[in-house]
Amino acid sequence: MHRIGIQELFQNLTQAFSETLLMCGVSIGLAILLGVPLGLFIFITRKGLFWENKILNFLEGLLINVIRSTPFVILLVLLIPVTQWVVGTTIGPLAASVPLSVAAVAFFARLVENALCEVDRGVIEAASATGASAFMIIKDVLLAEALPGIIRGLTVTAISLVGYSAMAGIVGGGGVGDLAIRFGYYRYQTDVMIITVISLIVFVQLIQIVGDLIAKKADRR
Amino acid sequence: MIQFQNVSVVFKNRNKEIVAVRDTSFEIHKGEIFGIVGTSGAGKSTLLRTINLLQRPTSGRVIVNNRDITGLKGEELRKHRIQTGMIFQHFNLIHTKTVFENIAFAMKAAGKSREEIKKRVPEVLELVGLSDRASAYPSRLSGGQKQRVGIARAIANNPQILLCDEPTSALDLETTNSILELLKQINEKLGITTVIISHEMNVIKKICDRVAVMKDSEVVELGDVYDVFAAPKHSFTRQLVNHTLNLELPDRLFNEYGERLLKIVYRGERAEEPIISDTIKNFDVNLNILHGKIEYISDKPLGVLVVHIDGNSENVSRAERYISESVADLEVLYA
Repeated sequence: MHRIGIQELFQNLTQAFSETLLMCGVSIGLAILLGVPLGLFIFITRKGLFWENKILNFLEGLLINVIRSTPFVILLVLLIPVTQWVVGTTIGPLAASVPLSVAAVAFFARLVENALCEVDRGVIEAASATGASAFMIIKDVLLAEALPGIIRGLTVTAISLVGYSAMAGIVGGGGVGDLAIRFGYYRYQTDVMIITVISLIVFVQLIQIVGDLIAKKADRR
Repeated sequence: MIQFQNVSVVFKNRNKEIVAVRDTSFEIHKGEIFGIVGTSGAGKSTLLRTINLLQRPTSGRVIVNNRDITGLKGEELRKHRIQTGMIFQHFNLIHTKTVFENIAFAMKAAGKSREEIKKRVPEVLELVGLSDRASAYPSRLSGGQKQRVGIARAIANNPQILLCDEPTSALDLETTNSILELLKQINEKLGITTVIISHEMNVIKKICDRVAVMKDSEVVELGDVYDVFAAPKHSFTRQLVNHTLNLELPDRLFNEYGERLLKIVYRGERAEEPIISDTIKNFDVNLNILHGKIEYISDKPLGVLVVHIDGNSENVSRAERYISESVADLEVLYA
C-alpha cells in the first residue's frame, strides 16, 4: 500500500484545498444568490406582512424542510440525475457542487428568514407609514436591518459546507475532508489525518473570524 | 379634516372576536392638536392607525380632506401615507442607517430627488434642533434625540397630518416637556393637524386643543381640553382628571373632619374673585382650606379648592348655595 510522505502530503493538501474552495465557493455563491431571495420570500409571505400568503409560505417552508431533513449523503445520491443534467458529469468537484449548493441554499434560506424575524416590527411599520414601496422596505429596511444576522448565517452556512464537502468524496469530489478519510481513515495514516484535520480547523476558524468581523462592522445597534 | 364615521375595528383571534374600536364617530379639525386619551387597551392606538390605514377599519369610514380613504390601496394608499407623518413611542428608526439616511428614506419614499433631499434634510434637522447629528447612528442618540429624528422624518415631506402614537411614553419628564414643546411649535409654524395619543392627561393638558377620552373601545367624552378638565362629565374622565390635578386627600382628613368637605372648582376669570372671604364675612361660617391648586390649561386658569365648612346648618347651606352660584362647580365630597 502506498504511504505518502510529507512533501506529497502537502501537494495533496494544496490540491484538496483548491477542490474544497471550489465546491464551497460555488455553493456559497449560489446560497447568496438564491438563499437570500428565498428566505426573504418565505418571510414576507408570513402572516401580517405585505405579501401574506398562507399557501405559498407553507409550500416553501415544506420544500426547505424536505431538503434540510434529508441526510446529505442521500441528497448527494438522489441528485445525481440533476447533476448530470446541469454540469454534464456526475464526477469531480464541480459535480459535487450541485448537491452542496442545493443543501446550502435551503440551509441559508432558513437562516436568512430567522435573521429577518429579528428585525423590529415597529421599524417595518414606521417604514410602511412613510408610504415607502415594498421594494424600498425590502432593500432599505428588511435587508439593511437583518444584514448582521444574515452575515452570521452565511458564516454558519460556510462552515457547515466545509463539513458537508467531506462527503463529496463519494462522487469523486475530492477536497480536504476526503483526503482525511482516504489517507487517514482507510489507510491508517494517523499523521496525515491529524495534519489534515488541523488544517481544516484552521480553515474553519478563519471563516469564523472573518465572518464575525464583517458582521460586527455591519451591526449598528 | 379627519372624520371618523361609525368606525369599528374587530380583531378575530381563532374563535374569539375582540372589539378594539366600537362604532366611533367624531371629527378632528384642520390645524388643531387633538388628543386621544385612555388606559392601555382602550383602542386609542388602533383608532389612530385607521387614519393612515396601518389598520383597516372592519366597518365604517375614515374621511380625510373630504375624501374617503377607507378603501385606498397600492399607489393611492402610498400617496396618502406620504401626506401623513407618524411618530412612535419607540421611535422606530432604522438602526443601520444614519440620522440623515433615516430622514432621506422617507423622502425617497415620496419620490424626491437627491438634490431635494440634500437641501431638505438639514432644514428639518435644524427645525428639531439636531443639526450637528446628521451623520450619527441612532444607537448614539438619547431617547429625546431619537424622537426628534422621528419627528424630522415624519415632517420631511411637508405632510398635512402628524400622527403621534404615545410620543413621550418612553421618555423622562424633562425630555417629555421638550418634545411636547417641539410638537406644539411645529403645529404652530407649519399648521399641521396633529393627533396625539397618550395615556397621560398631563400630555393632553400641555399641548392639546381638544381631547377625546376613550374607555373600553369607545369614545366616552369629547370636547375642549379646558372644558373636559374643568367639568369632566363621564366618571372615567373625572377619575383621570383627578389623578392629574393630584387632588387625592389622605383618608385621615375624612376621619378628622367628620363633617362637610367641599370641592370647589373655579373657572376662568372667576378664579380671581374673593369668594372664600366673602362667604366667611356674609354667612358666619368657618372655611378651612385643606387642598388647593390653580392649573393653567390653554392659558386659562382652573382653580380647585378642597375646604372644610363649619357653622350652624342653616348658615352652611346658605353659604353653599352662594358658593355654588359663584363658581363653576361645587361638589360635596363628604357630608
